[in-house]
Amino acid sequence: MSYLEYSVQRVPTGLRKLLYLNWPLILLPACVAAIGFMMLYSVAGGNLGRWAEPQMIRFGMGLGLMLVVAMVPIWFWRNLSGVAFGVSLLLLLIVEFFGATGMGAQRWINLGFMRLQPSELTKITLIMVLASYYDWLDVKKVSRPLWVLVPVLIILMPVALVLRQPDLGTAILLLSGGGIVMFIAGVHWLYFAVVSGAGAGLVTAVLSSRGTPWQLLKDYQYRRIDTFLDPASDPLGAGYHITQSKIALGSGGWAGRGFMEGTQSRLNFLPEKHTDFIFTTLAEEFGFVGGASLLILYALIVVFCIAAALSMKDRYSALLSLGIAATFFLFFAVNMSMVMGMAPVVGVPLPLVSYGGSAMMVLLLAFGLVQSAHVHKPRNKT
Amino acid sequence: MRRTPKDLEASSRMITRRGLVLGGAMVGFMGLLAARMRFLQVDQADQFRLLAEENRVNIRLLPPARGLIFDRNGVPLAENESNYRIVLVPEDAGDVDEVIERLARLIPMTPEDIERAKAEARRRSPFVPVTIADRLSWEDTAEVAVNAPALPGVNPEVGLSRHYPRGADFAHIVGYVGPVSDYDLGRIQDPDPLLLIPKYQIGKTGVEARQEDDLRGKAGTRRIEVNAVGRIMRELDRQEGTPGDNFQLTVDAELQNYALARLGGESASAVVLDTETGDIVALASSPSYDPNKFIRGISSADYSLLTDNLYRPLANKAVQGIYPPGSTFKMVTALAALEDGVIQPEETVYCPGHAEVGGRRFHCWKGGGHGAIDLMNSLSQSCDVYYYDIAQRVGIEKIAAMARKLGIGERHDVPLSAVAAGLTPDKQWKRENRGAEWVIGDSLNAGIGQGYVLASPLQLAVMTARLASGNGISPRLIKTVDGVEQPLRSTGPLDIDEGFLRLIRRGMYSVSNNRTGTAFGSRIEAAELRMAGKTGTSQVRNISAAERARGVFRNEDLPWERRDHALFVSFAPYEQPKYAVSVVVEHGGGGSATAAPIARDIMLQALYGGTPPLEAYPSTQRREIEERQRTLPQHARPGEGPTRA
Repeated sequence: MSYLEYSVQRVPTGLRKLLYLNWPLILLPACVAAIGFMMLYSVAGGNLGRWAEPQMIRFGMGLGLMLVVAMVPIWFWRNLSGVAFGVSLLLLLIVEFFGATGMGAQRWINLGFMRLQPSELTKITLIMVLASYYDWLDVKKVSRPLWVLVPVLIILMPVALVLRQPDLGTAILLLSGGGIVMFIAGVHWLYFAVVSGAGAGLVTAVLSSRGTPWQLLKDYQYRRIDTFLDPASDPLGAGYHITQSKIALGSGGWAGRGFMEGTQSRLNFLPEKHTDFIFTTLAEEFGFVGGASLLILYALIVVFCIAAALSMKDRYSALLSLGIAATFFLFFAVNMSMVMGMAPVVGVPLPLVSYGGSAMMVLLLAFGLVQSAHVHKPRNKT
Repeated sequence: MRRTPKDLEASSRMITRRGLVLGGAMVGFMGLLAARMRFLQVDQADQFRLLAEENRVNIRLLPPARGLIFDRNGVPLAENESNYRIVLVPEDAGDVDEVIERLARLIPMTPEDIERAKAEARRRSPFVPVTIADRLSWEDTAEVAVNAPALPGVNPEVGLSRHYPRGADFAHIVGYVGPVSDYDLGRIQDPDPLLLIPKYQIGKTGVEARQEDDLRGKAGTRRIEVNAVGRIMRELDRQEGTPGDNFQLTVDAELQNYALARLGGESASAVVLDTETGDIVALASSPSYDPNKFIRGISSADYSLLTDNLYRPLANKAVQGIYPPGSTFKMVTALAALEDGVIQPEETVYCPGHAEVGGRRFHCWKGGGHGAIDLMNSLSQSCDVYYYDIAQRVGIEKIAAMARKLGIGERHDVPLSAVAAGLTPDKQWKRENRGAEWVIGDSLNAGIGQGYVLASPLQLAVMTARLASGNGISPRLIKTVDGVEQPLRSTGPLDIDEGFLRLIRRGMYSVSNNRTGTAFGSRIEAAELRMAGKTGTSQVRNISAAERARGVFRNEDLPWERRDHALFVSFAPYEQPKYAVSVVVEHGGGGSATAAPIARDIMLQALYGGTPPLEAYPSTQRREIEERQRTLPQHARPGEGPTRA
């Protein structure tokens, strides 16, 4: 069944679409964002205007954008997938040549009113283009080598550009996100086994290339791997991030020190306390209870997303929604692993909580796509 | 391309299956995250909470107030002054340069000060206070306080800094404090954390240095909460320190002032000892310097003025200057001979003006000789030949033993810098240090306090006090510490026959009271305060035979640094000794002409506790004395004297 075969009567039109919105997927992200506002207010030392207020404004704008996206039929977005991916690749190329340099990495284009990170946008457009690829592809051909190679190339193009910036976190997210879409689409599991094996080989190569002329990663990335393996070795230098954030988490205890009482983050012991490391503030001030609550909220978002996806009737919608759920999961899984000392420090924000415009906009946009798929799925007449 | 429903169904099943696998994996991983969170936050919470506490709490030291120093009557010699300074916090100031310019219009600041302040404010972190001006008057500080609204970020602060109200008078005794240096730290094992505070002031010389540990006190602490860059967020608690001990010295500030003034800028020193207790009542070294200049670090120009001065103002000559004692040593030789029985008091020695020993000719100061002379006259007229004779008879070992008994060659335990031990030579010493055997000529020279014998003015005063009292007088400088009286160092009677001592005292009495005595001109006229003494003139070079032949050994004809040292030791009152005074005037010429009058004046000042009446002086000198009493400067002039070329 293709979209063209949809009976228009079976799809809600006009304002009736609002009735068919997936409300849990609006309310849950709003709850998470509200937690984010509180934490930003706290790390700013009770200053609303510093981070919390801009974040609220952005969330409001993002929510509006999400509804707009949701109102537009999903088949429109499907047809736009290739173009969107092309545009984001182009933007990545522009960043390569005209991007502003922040923290040693070229990551954004300054649009004047906001800084656009094409790499964030790519996380969604990659899912879109892969979903539309598998929607188009004959199911029987999915596991044929040639038809496997095409999505692999599609994935590797942005990954290569992002790695050049260099932004290891985004590269990992793109690679995993794309891989997951391929997995769901039904690519034979042997491919994944082979790639995993190759990946392990690559890791060995990366580590053994250190200090040689063909060194594959930057020194700071190697040091981050070092300190990940043994953060205690350099508590004031390279291991500072991890050690301090573990202290913050641990000092939170069961119920936390209380709102605005976290000493670690409020006293600036934590670097990037309002962006990548904001989870430590939550964990310090609200303890295990607070951290686990956030994790449950995230889990609910993922579960609702998957549930919505499984009820969708066409391949594009299902793949897109599952891919978005996976990307969202990857965001917080990588961030939390990093903050809790389970993964190297790579620049991945905590979704919907960390301060920052691009990531929030893109995530809300993605949820808009899921909503659109949800609203526009064919229903039996009632 | 058309798809069959079967295809679609298969695809849909595949997506559902794989989606569920994925969802399961994700939920599983989230469970892992939750477990990790639980491990960190619940199982290891205590350990991390402790680490967090250490992270944010910082302990700062609160410098204690340094102990004060007073004279024996409670006159402050070293005190802590409120020191007003202006501090600027750049981040509160806004336009730092503008605020500093405005400040410069209110308080005295040179263009360099302004530049330095601006540079420092730029260099430091914006929340670190920068000291803009130090040591301001109260008026200037008030001016700044009144204009506070126009000076954001500017705060007047008050601290304590050392001040020496008596200035140069006590520079050599009290010493001074200065910023702790790397050299200081290197010498101290396990230094007090206070010393690690930049520019913390510690004693550098004198009592300030020797009693540093007690004067410093114990630091208080202040626990503060800081953030990662060290910015102070708030004070958690505060524990005040213990101020340093207050010290009371045995010195009398007025007498000290007089002594230094009376030395009159000569390169000289004087010591006044209490012959009953051993208390150092005055200990003057001239010229002196202003210790207040050293507190913040003296300018190199000022410092080279002091170091280039030929009179060595920085040296405390009273304890670190060592001189051949010359004839002031004759009491030692005489006592050694009397104790040994090699001479009787009334026995005479013939003085032809020189003695011939071992083929060498040893001269008496009186070229024509003294004729037949007994013990009493040998002291009053200071005949050298008499002592050449008895020194030969008694031998150096007994002389050296007596010198040691009287405190010469002994490093007296006083809390001053660079206290010298002097030297009491004997045969063993010469063998070890000169690699030669003791010869008879050495004994002759030692017998009249020349040759190898060296003594400091303090040792001479101690010797005189021991002679006067017969007791083992030892000097004491610290009277009380925090109100607790310090023990006297002096011991009971020395193992010297009192009869012999009385003879020596009698001889010393005749020095300044017999018409023929070498210090008759410097006698005390007041009957109940009569002074006994001994002159000394010690050569700093050998007079060559050629010079003697030409008759060129008048001191005035020689360059200053080759002239003889003038010495005088004395005690008074003769009947009931109270004070012992020693005076050494470097290259001052003769003891009787230069040193004795100074010693007499200081003695009278000590005995009367102030300006003595003219009746105490010989009638012929009263007019001159009156004139001097009127013109004597009230305070010592620091750092006077010729400068090295």
